[in-house]
Amino acid sequence: MVWSPPLRRSFSHPWVLGVLGILTVFVAWWLVTSSGMVDKLFLPGPGAVWLAGSDQFQQGILVADAVASVRRVFLGFMISAGLALPIGIAMGTNRPICHFLEPLMALIRYMPAPAFIPLLIIYFGLEELPKVMLIFIGTFFFNTLMIMDAVKFVPSELVETALTLGGRGLPILTRVVAPFIAPQVLDTYRINMASAWNLVIVAELVAANEGLGKRISLAQRFLRTDEIFVGLIVIGLIGLLIDLGFRFLMRRACSWAN
Amino acid sequence: MHLQVSQVSKSFGEGRDRKLVLQDISFELVSGQFMALVGSSGSGKSTVMRLIAGLERPSEGTIHLDGEQVRRPGSDRGMVFQKYSLYPWLTAAQNVAFGLSLQGRDKTEIRERTAYFLDVVGLADAARLLPQELSGGMQQRVAIARALATEPKVLLLDEPFGALDLQIRESMQEFLHDLWKTTGLTALLITHDIEEALLLAGTVHIMAPRPGRIVHSVDVRLDRSDLRHLRVSQPFLELREELAGRLRSLDGSLL
Ligand SMILES: Nc1ncnc2c1ncn2[C@@H]1O[C@H](COP(=O)(O)OP(=O)(O)O)[C@@H](O)[C@H]1O
Ligand SMILES: [Mg+2]
Repeated sequence: MVWSPPLRRSFSHPWVLGVLGILTVFVAWWLVTSSGMVDKLFLPGPGAVWLAGSDQFQQGILVADAVASVRRVFLGFMISAGLALPIGIAMGTNRPICHFLEPLMALIRYMPAPAFIPLLIIYFGLEELPKVMLIFIGTFFFNTLMIMDAVKFVPSELVETALTLGGRGLPILTRVVAPFIAPQVLDTYRINMASAWNLVIVAELVAANEGLGKRISLAQRFLRTDEIFVGLIVIGLIGLLIDLGFRFLMRRACSWAN
Repeated sequence: MHLQVSQVSKSFGEGRDRKLVLQDISFELVSGQFMALVGSSGSGKSTVMRLIAGLERPSEGTIHLDGEQVRRPGSDRGMVFQKYSLYPWLTAAQNVAFGLSLQGRDKTEIRERTAYFLDVVGLADAARLLPQELSGGMQQRVAIARALATEPKVLLLDEPFGALDLQIRESMQEFLHDLWKTTGLTALLITHDIEEALLLAGTVHIMAPRPGRIVHSVDVRLDRSDLRHLRVSQPFLELREELAGRLRSLDGSLL
């Protein structure tokens, strides 16, 4: 088959191929389920999932679940990001602080966050706090260490230029280090946001009254695979939206870095 | 302005790793003078400049600027680096204004001075461009404008044209010479390029490595009314060859 140049050009656009990839899976899903090859109980068709989703939406469950999960993620992640920034910068600029904290953080980083769930439940019960804490624990150390690395890569020339221009102390941090690391910090947050989103689902699978993860584990109990699919797709979509949000922010705020 | 470097030595590291990088460096620089330090890479040129800038402290000896000992960096000694010379997130004008705003000057003064110094380096039209939109030569001119904007007593240039293509480097040398003539600035230029040093500097110090020291100094008396002509003139070429020979013998004896 010979493709005309305009066609090839439009296919080379990253979005076109991306959408095509998703469509392929979707069509395959639809073909497999509508052919009746597999039991609908195991693999519901797109139509059934759509119905289950709109049903949940009309009952208000879907929005309530999404809001509950998103709130936990944002709360935990905001605390994590907010603390990681000053501590990461302190570790990146001050050698003793770095030597003091880095081994500790490197150690804790390798403890899987979900393994903390039993402890968190014992300490904080079954309410919101343990879930927020889990997201904090699961992202704080990664955020901090990645910000520390970004700070360490600030070219010394940029700092020294500011010194020879009469700068000293805090302005060096706010006007040289902070703008330089801003793109990497945003990227760090974007990447670690994905694990925050994973963790909230794990936490809700264990114990929660509402939330997208909770809904999935309830659906399992009643063999409602269609509702499990609804949960999975909504989780994916919200995650993608957050990711795109960070990318957008990065393009707007740090256009110099592209 | 009087910069006095007296018997300065510098070593890095401690104990067994201690390494003598500069030994007994002495020279003076006065207002309006253009001086160059020439030497192969690793001969300690940048270290001399960092000591004067106050970014490092001498292990022995002293550095005085107008009678006052240099202890820390300050805006009376402007500096231009070879790499990362500009803040990539700031426009050309914001880069030039950076030092002024760090010093908390008032807005109208900053605006006027920024416009003035961008004009001095011939980049008034590039005010709103980001460094990545500027050529290498333009970037270095912005860096020079930024250093000049805070009115330093001496301008320290650490291989400012080292990363530029040959042709651009030549035009930048002419630019720097004109700038020196018109503004009467005082400059200390570091370079490994003998031609560059001879074209621009009234005094050239040749440095030898391990440990870094000044082994030869020349007062250059050449007619600089036309640099392009000077580059190919007989006396210039002879002087360049003589100094190149000295540098070669230094490197040879140490290999
Ligand atoms: N902070 C430092 N710590 C250890 N050694 C250094 C440091 N700075 C420079 N040196 C050493 O000093 C020598 C001279 O370096 P430098 O002044 O950069 O030379 P040049 O600018 O002439 O190339 C080199 O051998 C370099 O490794
Ligand atoms: Mg050097």
